[in-house]
Amino acid sequence: MKIKFTVQDPCQIVRKSYGDPIADDLRFVVKSVVGEENFIDMQPNKSNNYCCGGGGGFLQSGFKEQRLEYGKLKDDQIKATGADYCIAGCHNCHAQIHELSEHYGGNYPVVHLWTLICLSLGVLGPNEREYLGDDLKEVNVFHPETAE
Amino acid sequence: MAEEAIKLGGKKKSMFIDKVKAIIPEGGNLNLCLTCGACSSGCPATGLDGMDPRKFLRMAALGMDEEIVKSDWPWMCTMCQRCIYVCPMKIDIPQLVFNARGLRPRDQRPKGILGSCDMQLRNDSTSAMGISPDDFIFVVQDVLEEFREAQPEFAEMEAPIDKQGAEFFLNQNSREPVTEPNEMLPLWKILHLVGADWTYGSHGWAGENYCLFLADNDSWEKVTRTTVNQANKLGCKIFLNTE
Repeated sequence: MKIKFTVQDPCQIVRKSYGDPIADDLRFVVKSVVGEENFIDMQPNKSNNYCCGGGGGFLQSGFKEQRLEYGKLKDDQIKATGADYCIAGCHNCHAQIHELSEHYGGNYPVVHLWTLICLSLGVLGPNEREYLGDDLKEVNVFHPETAE
Repeated sequence: MAEEAIKLGGKKKSMFIDKVKAIIPEGGNLNLCLTCGACSSGCPATGLDGMDPRKFLRMAALGMDEEIVKSDWPWMCTMCQRCIYVCPMKIDIPQLVFNARGLRPRDQRPKGILGSCDMQLRNDSTSAMGISPDDFIFVVQDVLEEFREAQPEFAEMEAPIDKQGAEFFLNQNSREPVTEPNEMLPLWKILHLVGADWTYGSHGWAGENYCLFLADNDSWEKVTRTTVNQANKLGCKIFLNTE
């Protein structure tokens, strides 16, 4: 399908905890799932990656305008990859980047890693596709007859 | 030259930066700044509220404590640690920011974070969305039951709560059980397919920790202890933090 993916390195598990080795593990999983030729890294990445602006309580702090301004760098970084999707392995990143995608008009879908793992295994049900784009919504549906 | 030497004012006042130095390892290297600006040049929060990491550190070093208390910038910095990662002197600016959050009286910190922290203290779920342990158990069982029927290949799949002796203690962001329960399924399936022996806890199952973000250390510790105590009580070997 030639759909391209990039991935957000979560600050918490990469820079702040396990460093580049876990970022490499993350890429191993992502490439196994989407195909190596369909993965594009942001620049910079891994331990040098920029925070998306969803961490530290920023999502709840009430400074929305500043939070979106903070995230402009992330949105630009994602757009520069030309990827169709951004994978977010962290909840705060998912919420923030999803909002950036809408706010800055990129409208790239932002997906949890678990969604793509199950999709690639052929076990992703019809009601577990909240964040997939239209291009993947109907692909390889597990028990399509149970759609709600 | 001046007629006489300029005397810098009286007794040295107690400064915020000294208090932070006293409580973090190696004093956070807070007096080693070369003012190179590597921190600020790679910080997404640079420019917000007229501030940047280098400026913030300089203000602290100059004892501009009142201005620091007034600034909203510590709430716009996510403490992502990119500044300390690129700093040649490994200066712990994020700890300075964290402690600056704590300078304000608790009730004057951002309402959204404050409310979420208070919600987490309300019951043993430690959920920022207020869902009780009983409601969480109900949602998990309800989703699982419906799912086993719809996707019979997974009839044996479990989503255990308080399973004694499970290898992994898994926590869960509240967003799924409260607003999009079906999103819990892909994770359960992966754990099932790899044969992981895991469990949620009825207490301390929620992965978020807004009391940490609030810089309310006592409440942060209380929330963390609730979840760690539950994992220990169940005899789990590995704590899996999904947050």
